[in-house]
Amino acid sequence: MTWVNAIVQGIFLGGLYALFACGLSLIFGVMRIINLAHGDLAVLGAFLVWSLTERLGISPLLAVLPALPVMLAVGYLLHRTVLARSLRGGPLTPLLTTFGLAVVIQNGLLQVYSPDVRSLGGPAGGVATGSWRITSQLSASYLGVLILAVAVLVLGGLQLVLRRTAFGREMRATAQDPDTAALVGVPAQSVYARATAIAVATATLAGVFLAIRSTFDASSGPTQLIFAFEAVVIGGLGSLWGTLWGGIVLGVAQTLGAMIDPQYSILAGHLVFLAVLAGPRGRSFLARPLRARRQRLT
Amino acid sequence: MSERSELISWLGAAARAGAGTLTVVRSSFATRVASTVSVAFGVALFAVPFGFQTGVVQQLTTLCTLLILAMMWNVLAGYGGLVSVGQQAFIGFGAYATVFLAQQGVAPYVAVVLAALLSALLAVVLAPVVLRLRGGQFAVGMWVVAETLALLVTLDQNLGGGTGVSLRGLNTLAPDWRRAYTYWLTLAFTLLLFALVFLLLRRRTGAAIRAIRDDEEAAASLGVRALPLRFMLFVLAGFGCGAAGALILANTLFIQPQSIFGVQWTAYMLFMVLVGGLGTYEGPVVGALVFFALQDWFAQYGAGYLIGLGVVAVGFALFLPRGLWSLAEDRLPFRLLPVGYAAVVAAPTGRRAGATTS
Amino acid sequence: MTLLTVDRLGARHGLLQAVREVSFELAEGETVALIGANGAGKTTLLRTVAGAHPPSGGALRYDGADLAGTAAHQRVRRGIALVPEGRRLFPEMTVEENLRVAGHRGRPGRWTLETVLAAFPALRPLRGRLAATLSGGEQQATAIARALMTNPRLLLIDEVSLGLSPRAVDQVYASVTALREHGACLLLVEQDLARALSVADRVICMLEGRVVLDAPAAGLTRDEVVTAYFGGLARRP
Repeated sequence: MTWVNAIVQGIFLGGLYALFACGLSLIFGVMRIINLAHGDLAVLGAFLVWSLTERLGISPLLAVLPALPVMLAVGYLLHRTVLARSLRGGPLTPLLTTFGLAVVIQNGLLQVYSPDVRSLGGPAGGVATGSWRITSQLSASYLGVLILAVAVLVLGGLQLVLRRTAFGREMRATAQDPDTAALVGVPAQSVYARATAIAVATATLAGVFLAIRSTFDASSGPTQLIFAFEAVVIGGLGSLWGTLWGGIVLGVAQTLGAMIDPQYSILAGHLVFLAVLAGPRGRSFLARPLRARRQRLT
Repeated sequence: MSERSELISWLGAAARAGAGTLTVVRSSFATRVASTVSVAFGVALFAVPFGFQTGVVQQLTTLCTLLILAMMWNVLAGYGGLVSVGQQAFIGFGAYATVFLAQQGVAPYVAVVLAALLSALLAVVLAPVVLRLRGGQFAVGMWVVAETLALLVTLDQNLGGGTGVSLRGLNTLAPDWRRAYTYWLTLAFTLLLFALVFLLLRRRTGAAIRAIRDDEEAAASLGVRALPLRFMLFVLAGFGCGAAGALILANTLFIQPQSIFGVQWTAYMLFMVLVGGLGTYEGPVVGALVFFALQDWFAQYGAGYLIGLGVVAVGFALFLPRGLWSLAEDRLPFRLLPVGYAAVVAAPTGRRAGATTS
Repeated sequence: MTLLTVDRLGARHGLLQAVREVSFELAEGETVALIGANGAGKTTLLRTVAGAHPPSGGALRYDGADLAGTAAHQRVRRGIALVPEGRRLFPEMTVEENLRVAGHRGRPGRWTLETVLAAFPALRPLRGRLAATLSGGEQQATAIARALMTNPRLLLIDEVSLGLSPRAVDQVYASVTALREHGACLLLVEQDLARALSVADRVICMLEGRVVLDAPAAGLTRDEVVTAYFGGLARRP
C-alpha cells in the first residue's frame, strides 16, 4: 500500500467520520451540549437496520429508508422526554444525562442482541466489495465513494437548511440567543427536538455505513463517539464544513498510522487530536462557545 | 434549603433579633461532635483486620476504593464544575505505574504510593492542554486521553500488552496479611483524601470554589481566579484516582488495559456522586455506600445491572439532581461537618438567632 | 377597550422581589411611559408580561384571558411583543434574517418584510449586514422592526433611548410616533423624562418594585414626576 493510496483511503474513511460527526456538531451548535449517547444512538440505528435486513431479506441500503423516519422519531422523543428537562438543570446535567443514556442504550442492546459481532457487508452485496482500479497501487471502493458522497450531501443539505430555510433561521436564532428567540415567537424546545431528530437520523446513516463497511456490536458506540468528537474538534467547533475537513484529517491520520504499524492507527488519530488541542488553534475553539455562553448569561 | 435561602433567613433572623453583637463561628456543638465521632470512627477502622474475617477486610478495601473515586469525581465535577468522562486515565495510569515500578524492583506498597504521586504529576502535565476545555469538550477530551493511554499500554509488551499483567512481589506475603496491609494502605489514603478535601473546603479556597461555581465572572471581579483553583482540583483528582487505581491493583493483583482504563469507572463514579449528592462533602460517601450495596445485590443479574445503574443515574440527574444527601441536608437544622460559616447574633434582649451556610 | 390587565403582579429577580403587587391597565391604542430609577423593576415587569420571566404572584389578563401558563413564544402569537433591553439582536444573522425569523411565527397583519422596511427606510441598505456590525441606533431600529414583524397588538419597548445618540433617539421616536398612529398599544420604558412625557398618553412610575404614580401625562408637572421617581409621593388613584 503506497502513501498515496493510504491518503485516499483515509479520505474515504474521513467521509464516514464526518457523517458521524455532523449530528454531534449540529446538536452542539444548536444546544451547546455534547450528546455522549451519539455513538450508541448510531449503533442503535444500525441494529434497527440489521433487524429489518434480516426480517425482510433486503439490502441494508434499502432497509435504511424506513429506518430513518423511525430514528427521527426516536430523536424527537428523546429530546422531549429526557434532554429538554436536563437542559434546564445547568451545564452539567445534559452531560450526565446523555452519559447515563449511553450506558442504558449500550447495555440494552447488549441484552437484546448479545455481544456477537455482526456486519451488514454481506447483505449489502456488490456495493460493499467492489472498487474502481485507478492505478495498480490505487483503488477507490464503491462504498468509500458512496459514503463520502453521502457525507458531502448531508453536510451540504444541513448547511442549506441552516442558511436558507425558516427552520434553519430558527435554529440559528435559538442557538445564538434562546431567550430572545422565544420573544420573537420561536419555540425553543420544538427547535431543539427537531434538531435532535435530525442528528439521530444522520447518526443512523453513519451507523449503517459503518456496519456495511466493517463490523459492529453493542459496544461499538463509544469508539464512534470519540472519533466523531475528534473530527468535530479538529475541524473547528461550530462549523459544519469543518467537520468534513476534521473527519478527513482524522481518517488520513489513522490510515497513515496504520501504514507504520496496524496497531498504531487509532493511536495516531488520538495523537493528532491532542496535538490540535495543544496547539495554538486549540485556543480558538474556545472562543466560540464562550462567546455564545456570554450571550446567554445576559 | 439552598445556601442562598439560608443566607436570607439568616438576614431575616438577624434583623428580627435587632442585630446586636455579631460573631462568626466556624463550628458549633453539632459539628464538633460529628467531627470527633468521624475521626474516632476512622481510627477505629484500622482495627478491623484484627476482629473480622479476611473476606470482610477485602470488601472494606473495595468500599474504600469506591469512596476515593466518588470523592475525587465530586471534587472535579461538584466543586470544579469539570465533568470528566476520562478519570479512568488516572486510574489506569496509577495501576500501571505501580506495575512498572514493581518491575524495577521497588517494594510493592511503596510503588503504590509513588504511583499515586506520579499520577498527580501526570495531571500537572496534562493540565495546560486539557484545562482549556470546558463542558463537554473537557469531558470527552479526558476520555481521549484515557483511550490513548490504554493504547500505549497495549503496545508495551513489558506491561503485559493487551492480555494484562499481574503485580508481583506481593505473593511472598501470606494472603491474610497481604489483604490487611492493602486494607490499611487503602484506608490511609481514604482518610488522607478526606482530610485534604476537608481542608480545601474549610480554608479560603472553599469559599472561592463556591464563588466560582455560583458566578465565575462575579468571582473574577473580586480577584478569585478560576484557573489556579481548577488546576489544584484537577491535580488532586488525578492523585486520588491514581491512588485508587494502584490500590485496585494491590487488591485484585491482576489488571488488563481494557478494564482498568475502561469507561465503566466513570459510570460508577457518576452514579455514586449523582445519587449521593453532587457538590456536597457527605454526598459521595452516601453514594459510595449505596453503590457498594447495589453492586453486591446486582452482581447476580450480570451485565444487565448496568442498565439499571444508567437509568437510576439519569433519573437522579433529572428529578433529584442534588442527590440523596440533599434530602437529609434539608431536614437537618445543623451541619455535621465544620466546613461552613455560621453567623450568631446575640440580641440585646438576650435571644440568640443564627443560621449556617455551607 | 382594556387590552392588558396587570393585577397585583409580583416577580422575583434572583433573591430580590423586583416587582411587588403591581396593578395597572392598558387600553388599546394607548401609549404609556414606564419610568423609574435603575433597579425599580421595570425590565422585570416587562419581561414578566412578555412571558420571559415567571411571576411569583398575581395575575396577568390579556384580551380578557389569563396569561398564566402561556409561554413567551405563544404570547407572541397572541400579539404581545417585547423589544428587550440591550436590543438583543441575533448577532450572527443579517438584518433581514433577524426580521424574517420574527415574521415566521407572528400574527398575520399589515407588517411584512416590505412594509416594515418601508416604515424604516434606513434599514433597507442594511438588509444584508450582520446585526453585530450595526451601530446602536441601527440596532434599535432593527429591534423595533423585528418586534413589528410579529404584528403585535401590545408592543413593549425596554429602554428606548439607552445608549443612543440624540439623533438616533430622534429617529427612534419618529418611528414610535408612527406606530402610535397605526393603533398599537405601546408600553415604553424610558429614562429620558422629557421624551417620556412628550410622547405618552399616560405615565406610570415605579420605585423599588411598586407603582408610585399612574396618571395621564397631560396634567403632570415635572416636579410631580421627579418626586415620584425618587420617592416621596403616595400612589395616585
